[in-house]
Amino acid sequence: MYENDKNLKFIGKDIPRKDTLAKITGEAMYTTDMVLPGMLHALVKVSPYASAKILSLDTSKAEALPGVRGVLTGAELDYKIGLYLVDKDVLAKKFVRHYGEGVAAVVADDLKIAQNAIDLIEVKYEPMKPVLNVKDALKKDAPVIHPDLGSYDYFEPCFTPKPGTNIANHTKTRKGDVEKAFANSDYIVEREYTNPAVQHVPMETHAAIVQWKVDNNIQIWSSAQSAFTVRNLMANSFKLPHSKIKVTIPNVGGGFGGKAGVGIEPLVACLSRKAGGRPVKFVASREEEFYMLPRRTGLVYNIKTGLSKEGKILGQKMSLYWDAGAYADYAVNVTRATGYSANGPYHIPDAWLDGYTIYTNLPYSTAYRGFGHVEFSWGLERHMDLCAQTMGIDPYEFRKLNMYKPGSTTITGEEITADSGNVRKCVETVKEAIGYGTLTAEEKQIEAKGKKIGKAMVTFKKAPAMPAFTGSTTTIRMNEDGTVNANLTLTEIGQGAYTAIAQIVAERLRIPYDDVNVTIYCDTEHDPYDWQTVASKGLFMSGNASIKAADDLLERVYKVASEVLRCDVIDLDHQDGKVFIKHHPKSFVTFAQVAVGYAYPNGNGVGGPILGVGSYIAQGLTNLEKTTGQGYPALDWTMGAHGVIVEADPESGEYTIKKIATAMDLGKVINLGCAKGQTFGAVVQGMGTGVCEGYIYDDQGKLMNPNFTDNKIPTSKDVPESLEFYPIETPQIDGPYGARGIGEPPMVSVASGIGNALKDALGVELLNLPIRSEDVWRAIADKENFNLKDYVTKK
Amino acid sequence: MKKISIKVNGEMYVREVADSRILLHFLREDLGLTAAKEGCGAGECGACTIFLNGRVVNSCLVLAAEADGSEIVTLENESKDGSLSDLQKFFQKHQAVQCGYCTAGMIMSVKELLLRNAKPSVEQIKDQIEGNFCRCTGYSQIIDAVLDASGQLDK
Repeated sequence: MYENDKNLKFIGKDIPRKDTLAKITGEAMYTTDMVLPGMLHALVKVSPYASAKILSLDTSKAEALPGVRGVLTGAELDYKIGLYLVDKDVLAKKFVRHYGEGVAAVVADDLKIAQNAIDLIEVKYEPMKPVLNVKDALKKDAPVIHPDLGSYDYFEPCFTPKPGTNIANHTKTRKGDVEKAFANSDYIVEREYTNPAVQHVPMETHAAIVQWKVDNNIQIWSSAQSAFTVRNLMANSFKLPHSKIKVTIPNVGGGFGGKAGVGIEPLVACLSRKAGGRPVKFVASREEEFYMLPRRTGLVYNIKTGLSKEGKILGQKMSLYWDAGAYADYAVNVTRATGYSANGPYHIPDAWLDGYTIYTNLPYSTAYRGFGHVEFSWGLERHMDLCAQTMGIDPYEFRKLNMYKPGSTTITGEEITADSGNVRKCVETVKEAIGYGTLTAEEKQIEAKGKKIGKAMVTFKKAPAMPAFTGSTTTIRMNEDGTVNANLTLTEIGQGAYTAIAQIVAERLRIPYDDVNVTIYCDTEHDPYDWQTVASKGLFMSGNASIKAADDLLERVYKVASEVLRCDVIDLDHQDGKVFIKHHPKSFVTFAQVAVGYAYPNGNGVGGPILGVGSYIAQGLTNLEKTTGQGYPALDWTMGAHGVIVEADPESGEYTIKKIATAMDLGKVINLGCAKGQTFGAVVQGMGTGVCEGYIYDDQGKLMNPNFTDNKIPTSKDVPESLEFYPIETPQIDGPYGARGIGEPPMVSVASGIGNALKDALGVELLNLPIRSEDVWRAIADKENFNLKDYVTKK
Repeated sequence: MKKISIKVNGEMYVREVADSRILLHFLREDLGLTAAKEGCGAGECGACTIFLNGRVVNSCLVLAAEADGSEIVTLENESKDGSLSDLQKFFQKHQAVQCGYCTAGMIMSVKELLLRNAKPSVEQIKDQIEGNFCRCTGYSQIIDAVLDASGQLDK
């Protein structure tokens, strides 16, 4: 939907966000703020073991406590929950599969009573040996965490569970003949890289209020990202018609993927039913957010690359072992989505990829901003530097040799064209921004004082991971005064979606931005369908749906105008809330005159209330062929690069990040302030992954750091001296005004940029995240043990 | 239970509170002032930041009973007669808000800094908001808003 319109009034401008006013005054209401008449409060009893058999569960004392309105255990809940692989119980039944899994829940008049009741529940466990990492989970004698895997429902076109093992899904990508490519290679470079699981840390933890009313009508208020997916999964789990379930989502205090599917809503619904249909509220504590609710997948990534003597990649074999934790949730789809992308924006003529989603006895995993790309980019970009080192060429030159250009093909066989986005221009831009290959006077001074400066450039690419047939809708209603209300179901989780949509609608209708009202709340009863608010697909999909809705609305306005003005529709144009005859501009009707029906002086009416509808569905995408992974998965590729400068102490390993410059081919920036905000926010979140975040368990799988004291996220003090943002604009032909997705991509490869810059500064080889100063210190000590030959075969 | 008298945003309140009642919960649940949020309940994240007798505190770490006789200011007091304060306007202008969950605490924290220091440096701003976690913005546009609010941003 790209049109080369040079007279854009709102698109590309730095316009204030639609949702800010309510947030800076405190008026914005979140689920956690809500109180309903008769509302009760819920708490959950969780497992202290990572793997155990539940021998007995005695809730009698809790039930007898005054003020307790209901107690639930898994025994009375026969519902399975799941997105792509339906493997999770509402509360654990017979076995617990991770530390912090819910085994019972209480609903009571207030939280104090609920807590007392929780303490009175007596659970006897028989602890079992937990499976705590992916390599152990794959051993022949490993305990099978889901013995019933073979009987679970799953989305067959995209996933391949392996019953009898801990493999929830095996994704395969096969392009060309990788063994032949290796045979033709002069060098084979192979190394393994690891990422721990991390938490999303939305400032608002998961929260829901659910009322299970008479006749199975369920009202849900939730901090979820995706109203219709909550409805769909609830309907599936409880075998109820979709029309019975209403999901309302007010303001949401951050999501980052952690609230993408269904979380606590099914449990809270069951508690409401248990309590006789009163509304029940549950707000996860910060600790529960870490261990009861999902985290990001951990990853062990083995990469084997065949290089020609010129340094061209000839073939690459990629083995990704995804730690899903106890339940598959989105982890199976993270595995699938990285199956078509884990090579980054590098041309691999012959590729072989195996992605395994692996059950362990750790908290379960879901989507997280980047959807696997943050994790694999750590290994991939470190590996690209190792390949460059092998060849004795500069990391920049190595990337230049191998990066996508028009005519390259992805590992699923999709051709990259001149319109796909220009990753090369991004790299050149950040190269200049960080003064790659040189030191400024200030940097020389720093080095003269004994510190080391390191610089690196890394690349990224990300496409939305979504079903091939994903659809979005927008409706636009015209108000009596000619202003409009746009409705859609993109949850505002901070990304600025409604602002961008309002700009698009204003641009299309040529009315003031302030005349476009957008409904920030999502409501499955009143808003038109959208699959989810995930994947960096919102602007693209809903942007296109909104263009179509605006055009549909205009068509209806024009039809009435042509009748009133007695002319052909083709002779009409619109501007500033008027539809006029092009060659007689003084003959016009206003939007206000036609908004709810045009009235002639004698009272006769024509037209009627004006409503524009726009539906958009992703076009030309295919499911990937399951044995080869070939096909067309990508709505759009957002490609880019980070340039990173670090200052590091060669003795202690302490370091600071001085600059991160990010260039991205966004196709078209819709709102400059939002684009900057998404970029800087993602970069700093990516720094969190890089420098400090990560789950730490004891040897029995108990999470040791479920809090901000021991699991810090970046604070203002961690922000680099300089964050820079360079938008590149190669229009996406089918993007709204040429735009591509932006939410996730800039988080990808930040950590690897830091790792590569530290390698440049100190010569340290970092293979695991996060990179705390003590890790760098250890890596300094370990430098003498590094031998390139351990990783490289020369033929 | 304890009877407390407390001035919040210029209004007097006399209430009975349990000895263990957290000030944040008192403000949010008893008085319905929900701008300040609970992000961790442990004084780590700053989402509950309010003014207590002229100084910003994490209200999740204060008991309501302790605040007897004190004067409290929350974000709800920031706009007057339906118009935004300058600080709010600069937060809006610089898109210093994304999900908005940290915003009440963030604005209170920044306000205290500007009351003490009319022209804070970037380092001083970072020091002041170190205890106010924001997972969305990367802090950059918040720092810009404060610089602009203190007349230090060239444009």
